[in-house]
Amino acid sequence: MSHLADAPLPAGTPVSPSPQQAGPGPGQHAMDPSRLARRSRAQTRVRWELLRNLIRKDLKVKYKGSTLGFAWSLANPMLLLVVYTFVFQIVLKSGIPRFGIYLMSGLLIWNAFSGSVSSACGAVVANANLVKKVRFPLAVLPLSAVGFAAVHFLLQLLVLFLVILLLGYNLIGTELLLIVPAGAVAITFTVALSLLVSALNVRYRDTSHLLDVALLAWFWLNPMVYAFGLIQNRLHEWTWVYLLNPMAVVVITFQRAIYDPGGGSTNSTPIQADLGYEFYLEHLAVAGAISIALLWVGFHVFRTMQADFAEDL
Amino acid sequence: MARHSSAYQRAAASPPGGRRPAAPRGPVDGATPVGPAALDPTTLDPAIPAPPSYPGVAAPPPGQLDPWGVPDAGDSAGARDGGAAPGGVPDAAVPLDVPRPIDAGEADSGSAVVIQGTGVSKRFVSYSNRATSLKERFVRRGGPAGDDFWALRDVDVTIGRGQTVGLAGANGSGKSTLLKVLAGILRPTSGQVSVQGRIASLLELGAGFNGELSGRDNVYLNASLLGLSKREIDRLFDSIVDFSELRHKIDDDVKHYSSGQYVRLGFAVAVHVDPDVLLVDEVLAVGDEAFQRKCLAKIAEFRAQGRTILFVTHSLDLIETMCDRILVLESGSLIYDGNPAVGTKLLRQKLGSLPAEGPVSWEYATVRPQSVAFSLDPGGLPLVQYDPGERLTVSVELDVTEGAPEQIYLHTYIVGQSEVPIWMMETPPGGLAVGPGRHIVDFSVPHLPELLGAFAVKVHVSDAISGAPVTTRRFEELFGVSGPQADGLLKVDYEARLRG
Repeated sequence: MSHLADAPLPAGTPVSPSPQQAGPGPGQHAMDPSRLARRSRAQTRVRWELLRNLIRKDLKVKYKGSTLGFAWSLANPMLLLVVYTFVFQIVLKSGIPRFGIYLMSGLLIWNAFSGSVSSACGAVVANANLVKKVRFPLAVLPLSAVGFAAVHFLLQLLVLFLVILLLGYNLIGTELLLIVPAGAVAITFTVALSLLVSALNVRYRDTSHLLDVALLAWFWLNPMVYAFGLIQNRLHEWTWVYLLNPMAVVVITFQRAIYDPGGGSTNSTPIQADLGYEFYLEHLAVAGAISIALLWVGFHVFRTMQADFAEDL
Repeated sequence: MARHSSAYQRAAASPPGGRRPAAPRGPVDGATPVGPAALDPTTLDPAIPAPPSYPGVAAPPPGQLDPWGVPDAGDSAGARDGGAAPGGVPDAAVPLDVPRPIDAGEADSGSAVVIQGTGVSKRFVSYSNRATSLKERFVRRGGPAGDDFWALRDVDVTIGRGQTVGLAGANGSGKSTLLKVLAGILRPTSGQVSVQGRIASLLELGAGFNGELSGRDNVYLNASLLGLSKREIDRLFDSIVDFSELRHKIDDDVKHYSSGQYVRLGFAVAVHVDPDVLLVDEVLAVGDEAFQRKCLAKIAEFRAQGRTILFVTHSLDLIETMCDRILVLESGSLIYDGNPAVGTKLLRQKLGSLPAEGPVSWEYATVRPQSVAFSLDPGGLPLVQYDPGERLTVSVELDVTEGAPEQIYLHTYIVGQSEVPIWMMETPPGGLAVGPGRHIVDFSVPHLPELLGAFAVKVHVSDAISGAPVTTRRFEELFGVSGPQADGLLKVDYEARLRG
């Protein structure tokens, strides 16, 4: 991330200060040039500690004054689970067994993604006062939005695991390890898109509106409330086009890792894409490549545009 | 006022090399591009004892003096001022080359350039000229083009380590923009900026405080934003709280702080980040007097520690007492860079709080009326007392520098008591073509009228082609005319007769 660092100051002519002739006296503020340059850079480099502090601040502010607030935010997806199970399994009869678990295993990561991107989108604009007055690594603003969503995601995932274990479904197995590469791809893709939209939104304020609409449509491009098998049945050899969407790959991998349909799958359409792991790893590799490419674009755009944030706000 | 002239005398009496190394480098320390420094060196009386101490913090460079501090003026003052004014303030309309006083090579030992800006310009693009939405970005629209605004134009600034520099100018002159560009918050449209070391920008105190969090959390968050690690903040925390004098409220939400307390906490954090460069933007105006004193004491402490401070303020008194150097901005251009006493005077004149003696104070003008002399005939012996009917020649000596108008026009007013103009003499239509150097303009009156009293001379110089005023100087020298009348300025023929 350090290459984001020096962007606010266009690289100036390096000034070589004359060497220290006399040692600094007591209380004298004098130091060698390399230390000065380091201290200068440190002010615009993204530091984990700063990121952590910002995420902690967001959490603190959000859950301040509501003792149950945090519990609610964990209970929220569980409430969704009940509602969706009722609608899709009992009313619409989607034919997916244990529909709630199926839904949640994909929905949690999608929610983390869409929550990150949409709050990152407004992150720079919301902190206009800070951006205009203080010199600091601006990339921490969208990144902390991602971190904030990631913290929630991890906790909600834990709750989901607890629920699965309480219901007595199968969870622990080698397939659970798939969430590691899937999570890595998800975070790369999320960071990439967050940087991109947060930078664009500073100058082009309609980015956030466009993003809202896009996310709404995008939701349905992932097999969360319907079975992936439906897509395979329709698209056949063109399924790969559907899987160019990194989030779709992440979602099906999470489903493969967490969701256990149980033995009673009577439906003709397969719910999961594949029973092995290779299918997922291959597609994750493609999605990862797409994410990294987008990350490069996001970094580049953010780095180019951040120098004008203070002016555009 | 007097202190400047006495300081000048001290400086003139001692060789420049013998001064404190901490003395600021005003433009006068560099080359003195203007003509001979002194016409009459005997007037620089070395016998005048130097005052024991100069009230300011640092001695001004030699040759620096308050032009108004020498009321007896005349030749000597003109000569001194001619040497003192280095052309640092060119004609306001045409910003000339502003001297660059700091040379890293010849700066103090251990000193280095900390802030360097070369040719810094900043243009704010008009909103109507720029796409502000993705739709506009891709769909061309018509509509009138707005005017872009240049907040800074080609500003060169070099600030060495340990300097305290005041940035002054009228509202909208670009001070804050320059500060933000140097702080790395705004990107200059053109030019280069480099800053060495950790910057604490006090552009707004408590920027980034979150009202929902306690003072303690905000201290950690803000210091973290400014580049401190948790360990460093732990170490400094008590000191920050003590400085802000808010120990009793530190665990309260910041939204319950008064605005003064808010600012105090913000300042306390900002000054504790151990900055190498402190950029301050008119933030000291808030807070009560006690806190302001504390802030100023802290800034003085930073000065003593050899940190670099650049602050924007409208308090010119503060600049005079705190700064080694002043940068005066006008409409985005740097019009003066040098000694605070001179810079603040110039600015006060521009802002109208000092009586302006013309568009530009004559010492800084491109055409300087240096002296005036009275004699019977051009080039004759100086004479101060005249009889009516005698010939009078008023000789105005002009010092013309580079950049002066090619054709100048002179109005010479003979003024009586209370500055009442008695008569006015002009140069012939078309003006006088003068090149750089010294020139004398003689105005001859063949027969003086029957006047009684002492009269002074006021010279007004303007550009003969454009008509733009260049400068005005009112000389202190007097000449007398002893008319035959008992009283009154003029002798008028009259009769006195009793009627009825």
